Amino acid sequence: MSEMRFRFSDEQLTFRDAARDLLAKECPPSVVRAVWDGDTAGEDAVWAALCEMGVVGLRASEKHGGLALSDLDLVLLLREAGRVALPYPVVETAAVAVPLLDEIGGSLAAEWIPRIASGETHVAVGLPGERFVPAATKADLFLLVAGDAIHAVPRGDLTIRPQVSVDRSRRLGLVDWAPSPATRVAEGATATGLTELSRLRAALGTAAFLLGLGRHLLDITVGYACERHQFGVPIGSQQAVKHKLADVAVALTFAEPVVYRAAYSLAHGPGLADEVVGEGVDVHVSMAKAMASDAAMLAAEHALQCHGAIGYSYEYDLQLWMKRVWCLAAAHGDARTHRSVVERAVLG
Amino acid sequence: MDLDFTTQENDFRAEARSWLEANVPRTPLPSGDTREGFAAHLEWERLLFDARWAVVSWPVEYGGREATLMEWLVFEEEYYRAGAPNRVTQNGIFLLAPTIFEYGTQDQRDRLLPRMAAAEDLWCQGWSEPDVGSDLAGIKARATKVDGGWLLDGQKTWTTRGAFSTHLFGLFRSDPEAERHRGLTYFLVPLDAEGVTVTGVGRLDGDEGFAEVFFDSAFVSDESVLGGVGEGWKVAMSTTGSERGLTLRSPGRFMATATRLAELFRSRAGSADDVLRETGVKGWMDAQAYRLFTYQTVSDMVETGRPMGVESSLNKIFWSEMDVRLHETALALLGVDGELDEGSADAVDSGAWMKGWQFALAGPIYAGTNEIQRNVVAERVLGLPRK
Repeated sequence: MSEMRFRFSDEQLTFRDAARDLLAKECPPSVVRAVWDGDTAGEDAVWAALCEMGVVGLRASEKHGGLALSDLDLVLLLREAGRVALPYPVVETAAVAVPLLDEIGGSLAAEWIPRIASGETHVAVGLPGERFVPAATKADLFLLVAGDAIHAVPRGDLTIRPQVSVDRSRRLGLVDWAPSPATRVAEGATATGLTELSRLRAALGTAAFLLGLGRHLLDITVGYACERHQFGVPIGSQQAVKHKLADVAVALTFAEPVVYRAAYSLAHGPGLADEVVGEGVDVHVSMAKAMASDAAMLAAEHALQCHGAIGYSYEYDLQLWMKRVWCLAAAHGDARTHRSVVERAVLG
Repeated sequence: MDLDFTTQENDFRAEARSWLEANVPRTPLPSGDTREGFAAHLEWERLLFDARWAVVSWPVEYGGREATLMEWLVFEEEYYRAGAPNRVTQNGIFLLAPTIFEYGTQDQRDRLLPRMAAAEDLWCQGWSEPDVGSDLAGIKARATKVDGGWLLDGQKTWTTRGAFSTHLFGLFRSDPEAERHRGLTYFLVPLDAEGVTVTGVGRLDGDEGFAEVFFDSAFVSDESVLGGVGEGWKVAMSTTGSERGLTLRSPGRFMATATRLAELFRSRAGSADDVLRETGVKGWMDAQAYRLFTYQTVSDMVETGRPMGVESSLNKIFWSEMDVRLHETALALLGVDGELDEGSADAVDSGAWMKGWQFALAGPIYAGTNEIQRNVVAERVLGLPRK
């Protein structure tokens, strides 16, 4: 007797575990910190390993050398990337650019997807509402939106004005460019639809990444609270500390299934036939980004407070995760923006 | 992952919905925590039982229809969507029954479960005592072994609907030498036994929803022990797992509250500023998150066969505080209308929001206060040190 089943498959969980092991080995905090200092050798190595594993081309169709898997197959991997604070914008690449190129198709997809999925070249995405493009300085191809058209712009046809994010690994750039018929790869309703889909994928992927960042912040804070003694006892034995961390656990635990359901909706359409309101995929994604952003922000706030002064120091790794949370909670729509999407659907 | 309900689940939903639409009382019953209301609720419970909707997940021979856990969740969604009365049998069917299924003898199951399902025996819970609340292991009420059974002495308090119930399940210290979690035994006690006195006590909302239960050498038979002499703590943890976890507060209940809140927002659009609307949508999202979390939990249980463990404490914190916020938001939206109580001529929704608010305020207190639940999460889910 089959039943409705809200559970990842054994294959999906095995893939997640493999990615977790790889990232733990290839992306220690020293790799993240090195990127802050301009040294990307470690980042290049971990990216090559992710390409090798098939993560980057996971969403591409088989004819482009991909695995032809879905947003639901990718979501746990993005959460794992968040756990290690992977410095490279994996969401924009694997969750947004690759399926977008695949859907645009033609020679653009045939030419670029295999090279992106193998790590030979890099792609950046500039969606409406996102003023700055992450890892802009690395990209050879830019997927940009102007009006109701999508453009694929080679590096040589634009200029990048670097910006300094509080999270130095972001490597943001403001892209100056002029749309032209030569760079236009989709227009009209097709382009509008793909842009909307890309926004949803970016928000969902970022939500999954935030869950990983938040979970890691909780884990290291629990570890620290067990080790650190004051007044002759571990600080984690004090209820004031326990209750803060319990609140983080609650927030992350209940945000997780919301993110997974949004991934399912993107991949398969809205399930759980719900007649309460006319829910669409956009409402599911907005719930996911809002709850994941809030949960990760709470994790960052309490992680810093429970660490005390050591957490406030630049040399301590906590800041690498915390600052990423600040940035990604705002990227691709912050919690308030996404709640307003849900609000229009629910409260009228 | 497959989030589409199966044909069987959809058929089950349709059958439940159509029966509920035809049978749920048109006007809300008076509170089930008053004598008059309780009687009205019993009639409803017996109607449910006769149609085999009282305990859908139970075996057929005990009055159920052997529904899957998923179908039970679906039934609960339909039940609260239809605005059906709160279950005055809940402490029996949702808390004690899972414990009897786990620890009861065949004789206890056959004897107790059908009468519980039919709302003939009405069960209340005897945990707290005047000096024993969150620190449940401090129980003082005692059981003394005599020929053929036990004599119970002591006092239980805050016993929900105790004044209207026929039976009590509770913890008593059966080994006077043992301390704390040891030497406790879980007893099933008929409240008409000689030496048992029940006194109703008013709750915050004025209803006689509480009781004090006094035991003065009350005799109970050996068959009244559930799960073995001295095993009381382990058996009770099964019950509290149900109370915090899956069965007591199914998502359907909060989804219905959130839906009513959304309707209230639509009907009073002019009263809500942006801040209140954002608070309202947060509550609605939390109800959805709770539903999704529960489907995820049940899917894991079906797959692995493992019941919910200490994670039930995460659950209890979430639903109890969500319920408070949902009602708080509704009262803020109602403004000066909010204080009108049930029975007031012009009360919106018959005063249901003020009534529900007072009930919701109990959530972070009963079933182990949320402060204790946060300790449980910190120590047993996260692994922080006890001392």
